[in-house]
Amino acid sequence: MSLARIQVPPSAKRGEVIEVRIAIQHAMEAGFRYDNNGRTIPKNVINTLVARYNGTEVFRAELGSGISANPYLQFFMTAEASGDIEFSWVDDAGERGSERAAIVVVG
Amino acid sequence: MTACLLAIVILAACSTQAAQPVPLKSGVEFASADVRSLQQDDFANPGMLWVTRGAKLWLEPAGSDGKACGTCHGDANRSMKGVASRYPRIDSVSTGLINLEGRIQQCRERRQHAPLMAYESDELLALTAYVASQSRGIPVNVEIDGFHRAHFERGRAMYYQRVGQMNLACTNCHDANWSKKLGAETVSQGHGNAYPIYRLEWQAAGSLQRRFRSCLSGVRAEMFPYGAAEYLDLELYLAWRGQGLAIETPGVRR
Repeated sequence: MSLARIQVPPSAKRGEVIEVRIAIQHAMEAGFRYDNNGRTIPKNVINTLVARYNGTEVFRAELGSGISANPYLQFFMTAEASGDIEFSWVDDAGERGSERAAIVVVG
Repeated sequence: MTACLLAIVILAACSTQAAQPVPLKSGVEFASADVRSLQQDDFANPGMLWVTRGAKLWLEPAGSDGKACGTCHGDANRSMKGVASRYPRIDSVSTGLINLEGRIQQCRERRQHAPLMAYESDELLALTAYVASQSRGIPVNVEIDGFHRAHFERGRAMYYQRVGQMNLACTNCHDANWSKKLGAETVSQGHGNAYPIYRLEWQAAGSLQRRFRSCLSGVRAEMFPYGAAEYLDLELYLAWRGQGLAIETPGVRR
């Protein structure tokens, strides 16, 4: 089960710079650990994370094995119109996740 | 006369041995500034991922009757407020000691007729963290009388019992040496008021029993299995010892 939390301001003025935060529950297995039988636990990290604001890509991150488990990212963007910010990500095992949050723009 | 005085001194020493640390300090007060700010920021706190998951599980039907936790207990924000501060406690039906995890498991077994969740599984941690987080800010207040008494005494005995190759008891660090350094770590008073916690070393959430296991392995003692009666007794003693500290779940620790 892929789980994420997104935080955006409850409302923003048009043209205002807002902070967007996301935290995703993921083990971010770096590929350097061994299980109880001595076998390598294969690397499995979220390698790509994309944020789209009303369909337009506004943020993209390529993550690697140096990122801790349950990655937390934040960035700033300009609020232009009410709508959705949608995050989607994929890990090395090919598992995809997505989560969206509504942005309300006033004025 | 001297013997009498000596007896009084010894008695006084014994009674202080079982007392709470003074002043009572939650583990977060020994953490570094960045760990503290991580715990205080409800979004950046990675333990909140488990709480969020717990909120979803709360409403998810399970078992043959298709009942969710919320079917009986309604809104957890109201019904679960303060609950975590009273655990571990004696279960009125079985008259055995159970902690919050045990209480959730019992509901699954008796009310939902659903399969038990594995101890320390993400699901059980998530539900426990969600329920416990409803009591944030409420002081720990457990009972130690009646049926609790025997468990409490066993927990206290365990707390003062030296174990492992290092030959250390809980008290040797958490009473005698709190606030001092153990390697790069500051030794805390060893309270359970923030559990389940997100521990950066684990890169995951974990229960108080997982923390016990870390301590036992640290002093090179044999670890009890999850859910062991010994852990429950110790949880009760620790809750009493930290009586009055506010619940912080989900805590963040290094």
